[in-house]
Amino acid sequence: MLYQRDVYGKTLVELGRRTADVVVCDADLSGSTRTALFAREFASRFFNFGVAEQNMMAASAGLASCGKVVFASTFAMFASGRAWDQVRNTICYSGLNVKIVATHAGITVGPDGASHQALEDIAIMRAIPNMTVVVPCDGPETREAVLAAFETPGPFYIRLGRAKVPSIDKRPEFRLGKGALLQEGSDVTLVACGIMVQEALKAAAELAKNKISVRVINMPTIKPLDEHILAEAARQTKGFVVCEEHSVTGGLASAVAETLSEKHPAPIVRIGVKNRFGQSGDETALLTEYQLTCADIIRSAQSLLA
Amino acid sequence: MLLDSRKIKELEDKAREIRVMIVQMLARAGSGHPGGSLSSTDILTCLYYAVMRHNPKDPSWPDRDRFHLSKGHCCPALYAVLAEQGYFAKDELWKLRRFGCLLQGHPERHTPGIEVCSGSLGQGLSVALGMSLAAKLDRKDYRTYCLLGDGEIQEGNVWEAAMAAAHYKSDNLCAILDYNGFQIDGRVTEVMAIEPLAEKWRSFGWYALEIDGHNMAAIHKAFATAKKIREKPTIIIAKTIKGKGVSFMENVVDFHGRAPSRDEHDLAMKELGES
Repeated sequence: MLYQRDVYGKTLVELGRRTADVVVCDADLSGSTRTALFAREFASRFFNFGVAEQNMMAASAGLASCGKVVFASTFAMFASGRAWDQVRNTICYSGLNVKIVATHAGITVGPDGASHQALEDIAIMRAIPNMTVVVPCDGPETREAVLAAFETPGPFYIRLGRAKVPSIDKRPEFRLGKGALLQEGSDVTLVACGIMVQEALKAAAELAKNKISVRVINMPTIKPLDEHILAEAARQTKGFVVCEEHSVTGGLASAVAETLSEKHPAPIVRIGVKNRFGQSGDETALLTEYQLTCADIIRSAQSLLA
Repeated sequence: MLLDSRKIKELEDKAREIRVMIVQMLARAGSGHPGGSLSSTDILTCLYYAVMRHNPKDPSWPDRDRFHLSKGHCCPALYAVLAEQGYFAKDELWKLRRFGCLLQGHPERHTPGIEVCSGSLGQGLSVALGMSLAAKLDRKDYRTYCLLGDGEIQEGNVWEAAMAAAHYKSDNLCAILDYNGFQIDGRVTEVMAIEPLAEKWRSFGWYALEIDGHNMAAIHKAFATAKKIREKPTIIIAKTIKGKGVSFMENVVDFHGRAPSRDEHDLAMKELGES
């Protein structure tokens, strides 16, 4: 079990040692996002802009225009929502090398409630041209995604959670723009990102007991989406259950549906938050209430095959 | 350091030429923003001809002074200056805002001389702040200049940047406020009052200068003063006239965002001494 943001902070330190061009920005949440780990070692290359996300994003653009590789972090709610115009018009339109690494995404933020539970961030970030969107599923994949972002020029949005998450067994190494086949199967395909990858694997194991053969795809890169792996699954299985800790509007499920419906039509069921705000509560209660559990995936897969 | 009267005359003549090009390009484009372009012409001319360290042959020279046009809609003035300086062919000016053209309706990064896109107001001072922070990190002595509009500073993002620039003691950052007193919907005083201006910036930790934004000697002197200020950023509040140089555009809010007609173009050419 690892905190993705712990891994992020450590990876920043690793990159900071590798090159002096890495600069990190935060907006008064450096303890929570773990950019504080970088700040401790590279004080002069760390900028805390206070509670001012718009300034942080546009200043990150300015730094990047002078050759810096900028990692800008705050909670997903504010990174995507509060500063969207700055991200679109200043960072992405200019194609600048700013890596937005947003933590505390999704319903599992928990007790802080709806105001802090970003459920629309994938939708509004992936809509912007030039933007690459990545949702790592666990700690180790977080490191791989951050390194890939560092090595790939241009703007990134990397979405991390608040809570500790189990590391996925035998996970193929992260490749930007590629889905990863976690398990072969011929009846139904589960496509998942973030914490839902673990739930999808549990669901697949349960369904196997009922002789249902389940393919499981980890889809960390939401944009650009791996069309090839989806097309193959569309040909070889009877339909898809797409699972994400995000609104069913505009996120991974939408991206999958857009791709499939145009070129490889297939039945799709969406597991995600359905046009609702979140609320306070512990993770388990919230995941149950918002139907983001292994049981919900199992039910959906069964109904799809019925 | 002070400019002699011959150099001042040269700059004034150049500014007149820039105004001619602004009116010509906007008349051809059929849309765009003459008012603020003409109010900021003297400031931009002074910057590019007598203040900034830059090389039109090498727009990405690492040691160049940076300029960022936060009030992106006034790009016709900047485009004219950049073309005159040789950043790109002057012919490009006549294709402003057309499909497939180099010169977009608002500044875009592929245009030589443009550092970062702008157009959505309120973000440019932050961008310039980022550039000035990069200079200090790299121990480079280039300066960063940023032109703001008076209506623009109604955006909250501007004040986030103002606070941060003072916090980071960004004395290599110089903002210029094109204080022409008008915005699209009318007089700034009536739409959303912004005074007291100098006091606001000073209370945010800036060194603030107030000048006549059409007096070339005063503009140049203000930039020279700003260079000597240590430990804090400087803002030059330049009192200007919207539509400056074309009598029927001066202080006429309609010309914030309307291009001159053919007749208006001809009349303006006469006033600017072009036959």
